[in-house]
Amino acid sequence: MAAEAKIKCSVGLTGNSAVAYAMKQINPDVVAAYPITPSTTIVEEFSGYVADGKVDTEFVTVESEHSAMSACIGASAAGARVMTATSSQGLALMWEMLYIASGMRLPIVMTCVNRALSAPLNIHCDHSDSMGARDSGWIQLYSETVQEAYDNVIQAVRIAEQENILLPVMVCLDGFITSHSIENLCLLDDDVIKKFIGEYKPSQPSLLDVDHPTTYGAVALPDSYMEARRQQAEAMTLSKDVIINAAKDFEKISGRSYGLMEKYRMDDADAAIVILNSAAGTTKVAVDEMRNKGLKVGLLKPRVFRPFPYIEMAEALKNVKVIGVLDRADSYTSFGGPLFTEIRSSLYELDKRPKIINRIFGLGGRDYGVKDSLAVFEELLKIKDMGKIDKVYDYISVRE
Amino acid sequence: MADYTEIRWHGRAQQGIVTAAKVLAEAALSSGKYVQAFPEFGPERMGAPVRAFNRISSEVIRLHGQVANPSIVLIVDPTLIGTVDVTEGTPDNAVFIINTPKTADEMRKNISVNKSAKVFTLDAGKISVECIGRHIPNTPMLGALAKATGVVSVDAVINDFKENYAKKYSPQVIEGNLKAIKQGFEQVREG
Repeated sequence: MAAEAKIKCSVGLTGNSAVAYAMKQINPDVVAAYPITPSTTIVEEFSGYVADGKVDTEFVTVESEHSAMSACIGASAAGARVMTATSSQGLALMWEMLYIASGMRLPIVMTCVNRALSAPLNIHCDHSDSMGARDSGWIQLYSETVQEAYDNVIQAVRIAEQENILLPVMVCLDGFITSHSIENLCLLDDDVIKKFIGEYKPSQPSLLDVDHPTTYGAVALPDSYMEARRQQAEAMTLSKDVIINAAKDFEKISGRSYGLMEKYRMDDADAAIVILNSAAGTTKVAVDEMRNKGLKVGLLKPRVFRPFPYIEMAEALKNVKVIGVLDRADSYTSFGGPLFTEIRSSLYELDKRPKIINRIFGLGGRDYGVKDSLAVFEELLKIKDMGKIDKVYDYISVRE
Repeated sequence: MADYTEIRWHGRAQQGIVTAAKVLAEAALSSGKYVQAFPEFGPERMGAPVRAFNRISSEVIRLHGQVANPSIVLIVDPTLIGTVDVTEGTPDNAVFIINTPKTADEMRKNISVNKSAKVFTLDAGKISVECIGRHIPNTPMLGALAKATGVVSVDAVINDFKENYAKKYSPQVIEGNLKAIKQGFEQVREG
């Protein structure tokens, strides 16, 4: 048994191959997609599984991402389990349909392989694409490694389809850094996944249910629109517990534990970096280096960005003296990136609020190394000693 | 992390360095190591300089992003020397494995590294033409890497190639590459 488990863990796949493999194991009813770098190989490999008869999926090739999401919406409203993947401009082109998917309460699961937005044209990683979609009513999960991307995609299906949630879920992983890097991976058995996600039984009558004719996306005038939105907001609030419970059950089948966030060496930390996705791994190496020198630093890596777990964030950060939030996207507020404003807002209720700064990093694939992380920690510790902040919001690793 | 190793591959598009990094990662993984393999993506056109990277360790690898300080550098196309900074970020005692008919001593001068660096050479291009019938010098380089550094065993490379590429390539191509790996292992010379 132990030997068997070892064999299953000695798989080396790229992030995209791992996501495509998870999709094969999930065996969705419909996948509609339009390929875009760096998410392309997800769709390419999945189409191979379709062509080889490894899945029962109806694979719809479309002429744009707008059409891809439209086809996903139609299929989901017809009662199908639906998945897709995209990046960057592709996600941007889906924009209006993202809101329709969440507004119609359709549990579509989409992988977003994070990539910068044009202009200037750039194919490399940053989080401008998914961060721009943060208010579209989709649950968002972020992934540090290939393993986390694989695990998040499987959990996403379970979360989206919960009867009291019915919200689309976006699983984010870093373009190229994770999507095209081969890493060690533990795969689950097909049967185990099948049992974990269960059979999809739509709780609302589908478009194809002729005995119970239903209209989706009807006009809702001022007398009813707000109630639909209120219900959507309630579902997002409730999804926090659903995400936690899905993680608990997932741990039982995989031995890997997930939550709303990961805390790394945070117990007695004076200074902490908050950062998403693959850069969190690099930051952990920096944390270890600082700790070896006796410096009390830690890392907080949010996994769930929507819903934003503001109570848990405040709880995790309340004893830290100085926080550096590192955003791989800017909001152009001239005040701070999207992760920063959420974290800062979460701390407002605390009696004694930590000092907090925002640093924008890694846009368009600019490398974020251990030295960059160490420099931020050093700045945080300096702020702790001096008791004052020079610049709340700034860019790092940039030529000025 | 005493046995943590970072590797950089220099080649030109279509010379198979991305595949070589992949084969290396798979071979190390099947030997019980934690691995990463990733290419550097840019404008992709035949003949353009490309780089690929590996990280290999007996512990979980948390580091992501560029490999900045590789202790092993494989130069699959020697015409890149002088065009691309092949020694960039390398420590003094780095290992360089170069595909060239020239001797290691000549190449040491060519890439201007000091005495503590180790330089190895082999004519991987010639080996690939003889064994595979095409100029794809990546697999002899893997054999040479196994011999020169021991970061992975030549058997692990051979077994990985046999197991994972049988579906992709014809038996003749597999056989040719296995021969090329072994020849690379045998023919690599230190300066």
